[in-house]
Amino acid sequence: MRFSTSLRELIGKRDFYAGGLMLLLGLGIALKGTTYRAGTLMHMGPGFLPTALGILLSLLGIAIAAASLAPGSDEHGGDQSLLPEHPQWWAWFCILMSPVAFIFFGRYFGMAPGTFACVFIAALGDKTATWKGTIILASVVTVFGVSLFSYFLQVPMPILTWRGEF
Amino acid sequence: MIEQALSGLWYGFGVAFEPHNLMWCFVGVLVGNMVGVLPGMGPLATISILLPLTFGMKPVGAILMLGGVMYGAQYGGAICSILLNLPCHPPHAVTCLDGFPMTKQGRGGVALGLTVFASFVGASWGITEMIFLSPILVKAALQFGPAEVCSLMLLGLLAGSTLARGSPVKGVAMTVLGLFLGSVGTDLETGSERYTFGMTELDDGIELIALALGLFGIAEFMNSVNQVAPINTKYTNVGIKDMRPTKADMKRAFFPMWRGTIVGSLCSLIPGTGPTIASFVAYATEKKISKHPEKFGTGLIEGVVCPEASTHSSVQGDFIPTMSLGIPGDAVMALLLGALMIQGIVPGPQLITQHPDIFWGLVASFWIGNIMLVLLNVPLIGIWVKMLAIPYRYLYPSAMFFVCIGVYAANNDFFQVGEVAVIGLFGYVLLRLGFHPAPILLGFVLGPRFEENFRRAMLISRGDILVFVERPISAVFVALCAILIGSQIYFRLRGSKADLEPAAENVVGGEAPTALATQRVPATPAE
Repeated sequence: MRFSTSLRELIGKRDFYAGGLMLLLGLGIALKGTTYRAGTLMHMGPGFLPTALGILLSLLGIAIAAASLAPGSDEHGGDQSLLPEHPQWWAWFCILMSPVAFIFFGRYFGMAPGTFACVFIAALGDKTATWKGTIILASVVTVFGVSLFSYFLQVPMPILTWRGEF
Repeated sequence: MIEQALSGLWYGFGVAFEPHNLMWCFVGVLVGNMVGVLPGMGPLATISILLPLTFGMKPVGAILMLGGVMYGAQYGGAICSILLNLPCHPPHAVTCLDGFPMTKQGRGGVALGLTVFASFVGASWGITEMIFLSPILVKAALQFGPAEVCSLMLLGLLAGSTLARGSPVKGVAMTVLGLFLGSVGTDLETGSERYTFGMTELDDGIELIALALGLFGIAEFMNSVNQVAPINTKYTNVGIKDMRPTKADMKRAFFPMWRGTIVGSLCSLIPGTGPTIASFVAYATEKKISKHPEKFGTGLIEGVVCPEASTHSSVQGDFIPTMSLGIPGDAVMALLLGALMIQGIVPGPQLITQHPDIFWGLVASFWIGNIMLVLLNVPLIGIWVKMLAIPYRYLYPSAMFFVCIGVYAANNDFFQVGEVAVIGLFGYVLLRLGFHPAPILLGFVLGPRFEENFRRAMLISRGDILVFVERPISAVFVALCAILIGSQIYFRLRGSKADLEPAAENVVGGEAPTALATQRVPATPAE
């Protein structure tokens, strides 16, 4: 019983994961780095510095994780959960989908649809968003954005197109 | 020396007063002020959004505008913290302590008026410092070989990551990650590709704009969406008439203002201690030497002007190492250096002689910009105050569009738009794990130059790593690095952090991963 609670405490530490992530990243970087030529200290190859950085990062990762296990190292003031108090899965999804929509609509239909989709999808993430308000916001940004970037700054992206063809 | 500086300044005013440069400076401070006022947008995100727009501009105009955003945002941020008690930008967190109580007493206007004045004084001091100190630094820095440059960069990186807020180990980890990200792409010396995983789009390395917008744009939006409390506009009815301070206020504010200015300029000379630390130190000093320290926090004018003057003096002073040595002190400066590099200008001690128009034009534009800001802030205060009420639900979707189109316009390539989304997600994970992403940018911008100089130093010394401690100047930098690390470990083992950290923690209520986090309050549960 006692063992399981202390174990839970251990894996419940946020810094445990923070350190773990750095360790994994560092190991990955170092392993991939060994496939590049390291060279000598005098004539360094392309792999030398990244590999060294990878090793350093994994050591730092171990240090971060180890520090979280030391007693009395409550850095986050009790908040050890990985997710915030009220996870906003829908909003996060919307924000991340917004660039994807911009790529898709921008690539195949042009700047105006891309802009509209990008703003529309991002705005849906807000709890208080209404369909009407979202559409108005997306339209306003589209008109403003297209005139600024297409006419004024001459970004070479067609305003309207069909499946990527003119 | 002084004559040279003055003639340089004279020349700089000529550059800065050219109509298009004047216009870009105005655009910069205007946008900066606006962004500073808007809760939820930081100068970092704004500068990265504006960065692609500067590609078609001349370098002078570009850097004038981007610099203007940086210090303009500091003016705007004060409005936000005094009237709303929202420290949207970390340097202004301490201003809330006495600024908001003053607002509650109905003296918010006075606080704002004196803040604008103190800001101008602080900024002027910082600029003067830049005029006279930069040429001296340059003279010293021109003697530097690759080994010195390398250890100086190391010192800058270490200071930038350990002196910033939060765990120093995590800061160093982020710097290392940034250095690594800077090495992605084609290796400059051998031409071989590194960490591209077969994606030809990554041959030129990770796009600076994508990295900045991912970390400070998308990750921030994910962090604050649905978390921003509706803003209390009860006290925001301030007009120009309310801003006039009484004679007694002026008298009481005078010396704290100068003390703040001096503290700020000292802080800006230590690499890595940006405006945030400067404002905290200034407030703590002011409280310590005050005859009635217990009254701080109840709406003392001293507690408002001192940190504000300090912030501004430090913001301008931060440009000194950035422009004269090419070593940025924080992420914003790293971004500005990145902007220069995109324009094909190599930062470093040769910048002042090779591009005097950029350096002196920038210095002169600081004066002009600060005067513009005073003019913008005093009569137009009503407009800025109204902007406080723009809800976040309109702000972040519009910003998402600017992020996407900005990254696209950098290379006219959709690949970078995908890149920014991936970096954004990764940045949010880092934020949740308690990492501060700012040092990543610092490492990223300095990374390639660090590697180049490191390799060169090793080549010259025939592979002898001891060269860094054998050359005297380099040895001093290495020793400073050791002191920095040693003192961090010492404070850690003693169990007490540096004096200012608990103060910082009290102000912002514990952990504050980024600029935005400080204004977050727990959201109401979803219906």
